[in-house]
Amino acid sequence: MTRTFQTAHHAGKLTTLAQAVRRLVHDGDTLYAAGFTHLIPFAAGHEIIRQGRRDLTLARATPDLIYDQLIAAGCARKVIFSYAGNPGVGSLHALRRAIEAGHIEWEEYSHFGLITRLAAGAAGLPFLPMNPTGADDLPRANPHYRSVTDPYSGRQVTVLPALKPDVAILHVQRADPQGNAHLWGIVGEQKEAAFAAERVILTAEEIVPPEVIRSDPNRTLIPGLVVDAVCHVPHCAHPSYAQGYYDRDNDFYLGWDAISRDPKGLAAWLEEWVFDVCDRQAYWEKLGPQVHARLALAPAWSEPVNYGRCSAAAEDREARS
Amino acid sequence: MSAPACTPAELMVVNAARLLREGDVVLVGVGLPNLACNLARRLHAPGLVMVYEAGVIGAQPERLPLSIGDPCLAVGALSICSMYELFAHYLQRGLISVGFVGGAQIDRYGNLNATVIGDYRRPKVRLPGSGGSMEIAAWADRVYMMAPHRRRRFPARCDFITSAGFLDGRSSRRARRLRGGGPAAVVTDLALLEPDAQGELTLVALHPGVTIEQVQAQTGWPLQVAEDLRTTQPPTREELETLRALDPQGVYLG
Repeated sequence: MTRTFQTAHHAGKLTTLAQAVRRLVHDGDTLYAAGFTHLIPFAAGHEIIRQGRRDLTLARATPDLIYDQLIAAGCARKVIFSYAGNPGVGSLHALRRAIEAGHIEWEEYSHFGLITRLAAGAAGLPFLPMNPTGADDLPRANPHYRSVTDPYSGRQVTVLPALKPDVAILHVQRADPQGNAHLWGIVGEQKEAAFAAERVILTAEEIVPPEVIRSDPNRTLIPGLVVDAVCHVPHCAHPSYAQGYYDRDNDFYLGWDAISRDPKGLAAWLEEWVFDVCDRQAYWEKLGPQVHARLALAPAWSEPVNYGRCSAAAEDREARS
Repeated sequence: MSAPACTPAELMVVNAARLLREGDVVLVGVGLPNLACNLARRLHAPGLVMVYEAGVIGAQPERLPLSIGDPCLAVGALSICSMYELFAHYLQRGLISVGFVGGAQIDRYGNLNATVIGDYRRPKVRLPGSGGSMEIAAWADRVYMMAPHRRRRFPARCDFITSAGFLDGRSSRRARRLRGGGPAAVVTDLALLEPDAQGELTLVALHPGVTIEQVQAQTGWPLQVAEDLRTTQPPTREELETLRALDPQGVYLG
């Protein structure tokens, strides 16, 4: 499939999240909504639910609440995961009910196995080898696990096929209109997901001029080259978080246990917080000032770094201006 | 003077923290291990390096992180890398001295089940799954586990082996040529278990007031008792106060 770039247009790839989901997320797709605890694109999950996508294969190391919600809303045919819990709290009850009742297919890995699948997909490789772990039950249950012989030592290494999602959704702190993105804090599997996927939707807390991105290229984890749509979605990650922008809503994660335990309560929650809310801005306003205050952060700036500039070029630039 | 009263969770966390040494590089798991590492770092092991599987190296959290990807882990950390790098460069490469793993079942040879109770395809109970534990158990120098001591949690053989202890005994693990040393201790609310020369978990210490019979009654195999069976020191006031300050709402400690 060929990518289309809109480099000529000054607005770049900017679009609304609703448009991006309509154009780039299709029924039956394999979706990777990235972010390990941090920067999970909840607003995109809600948009997918509102648009009624069906038969998705949902891949994520930790399905987290975002996939518990997509599963509860009936969007998923299958889930691919490596830790299906509510971190530090307990179960993802909608996911667990769906698996225990046989309502959903699943494919399971360890974190390293799943992330290595993405890394291979990102590198254009068929697989990347891993050392064996001695635990054979998961490899027995999941035929994707294979052993091959290391041609140099003659020992066995474990392999899994590359994972190449149809579409990845990534949330970042800031991006330019072409999708060149800075992110910091926990970076999880964001970069691998962006390079592995066929199509990429990027959501950002802030849209910034390209100069801001170019002022610190080491922080650009995602280049616009792999991004198809850029959406300005402040607070996209709640109840997950954006480092330096708003805190993780741990109370929400703790409270989700009771909500998702009860299918009726969960349906009511989806009605109130997804279907009856038009977009993320409305959702954030609905959360109210008390929640906003609870999630507000005090600043913790890093020391700036100096990239330097060769003096001749600097003089030249001065002379021209 | 009598020892201060504590909950079973506090008893486990304090005893697990005591197993950690200055300079250990610990891959910290969610829940109680998180507390044990944060406690050890505040007491006897200030140089302990906390590594979180989200990719955080040398975390110094100001508050207790609820998950292993909390924002407080990033602030002030030594380094943050991708998850792939964490598992490849740090764990697989061999830089992790201690790993914590947890699950619903621990068996006679320290194998762990965090995946399913019952049949895999038709699970009676679906558990969260491996997360990082499959590789942590294989590649960390020392592996610790914590669990309430209940018979259903300590079967002779796990329903599903999510991560390898000694498999069928030390020789079977050795045959797999895994770089890590395997389980070093299991801390429960009744006792401490450690593997013997064959890799079988044996009773090495009882918490104060607990009997061998009580431990045996909650263990699914005939438990060997170490010749030099010890009694653990009760948690001190300092240990408990420091610990409770880490979890002021009692989310984990009850």
